[in-house]
Amino acid sequence: MATNDKLVIAGREFSSRLMVGTGKYASFKETALALEASGAEIITVAVRRVNLDRNKESLLDYIDLKKYTLLPNTAGCYTADDAVRTCRLAREAGMSDFVKLEVLGNEKTLFPDNEELLKAAKILVKEGFTVLPYTSDDPIVCKKLEDLGCAAVMPLGAPIGSGLGIRNPYNIRIILETVKIPVIVDAGVGTASDAAIAMELGCDGVLMNTAIAGAKNPIAMAEAMNLAVRAGRLAYLAGRIPRKLYATASSPLEGLLE
Amino acid sequence: MQVTINGELRDVPPQTTQQLLESLGIDPRKVAVERNAEILPKAEYVTTTLADGDRIEILHFVGGG
Repeated sequence: MATNDKLVIAGREFSSRLMVGTGKYASFKETALALEASGAEIITVAVRRVNLDRNKESLLDYIDLKKYTLLPNTAGCYTADDAVRTCRLAREAGMSDFVKLEVLGNEKTLFPDNEELLKAAKILVKEGFTVLPYTSDDPIVCKKLEDLGCAAVMPLGAPIGSGLGIRNPYNIRIILETVKIPVIVDAGVGTASDAAIAMELGCDGVLMNTAIAGAKNPIAMAEAMNLAVRAGRLAYLAGRIPRKLYATASSPLEGLLE
Repeated sequence: MQVTINGELRDVPPQTTQQLLESLGIDPRKVAVERNAEILPKAEYVTTTLADGDRIEILHFVGGG
């Protein structure tokens, strides 16, 4: 693949277009091995209370911070205020301005509350954060997020953890035509072909967690996703053939036996 | 004196935030601390003395999507 094909977010260049979450793994060791196999350079983390009584082994003991860019999320936040508070804490803990902003609407669907999302994004951009918002696959909301100064938009392919794939590729295409900032499909990927489809649509990247961590063999699936994202990107850049209803022969018609 | 740490009421001697973290076995570089709902910058851990009734939140990064 062209080595100059970089993902650029807020002026920072990344070679991998796959971003992965660090939740739901069986162990920190498995997390580290899956991250390695995925080739990801950006990894998401959550911000939670330190357990005062448990041993203090932490995820970060297993992660080389020179190799990965941490993208703290606001998972579990249902209001703009909670999300903003979490981002400020994340910045203090990690000394980086990158945040994956999510403000959820309800527990059953984990769909974004876009009203609160826009409110939080506005505050965070003003405070100098590099905001990557998880949003509905809604081109209008994505445009508003871009206008507010977000560094990327991350529309869902399907509900978080559902593995249903890219349910509305046409909306994703319209989003791609609507905004100039990177479009990263976040949530919904179930298997490698889903990731490839996102990339073939022209998305700038894919973010996933459960599809890898929940697979029978997470490390093998991480490698599959690594390949799928690269394959999908390459196919997008190569330019696919148009779809046709009827056959077109691949072999020459001249010189056939008579 | 009594302070609430991560929602838990605890008896602690008067001390700085830095000392509190050390007594809990927490590496100050890997956490963020809120004191009475205000973020405490890392540079102030050594100078900030806890007061009776303080509400302290100590957070860190965990696995997440």
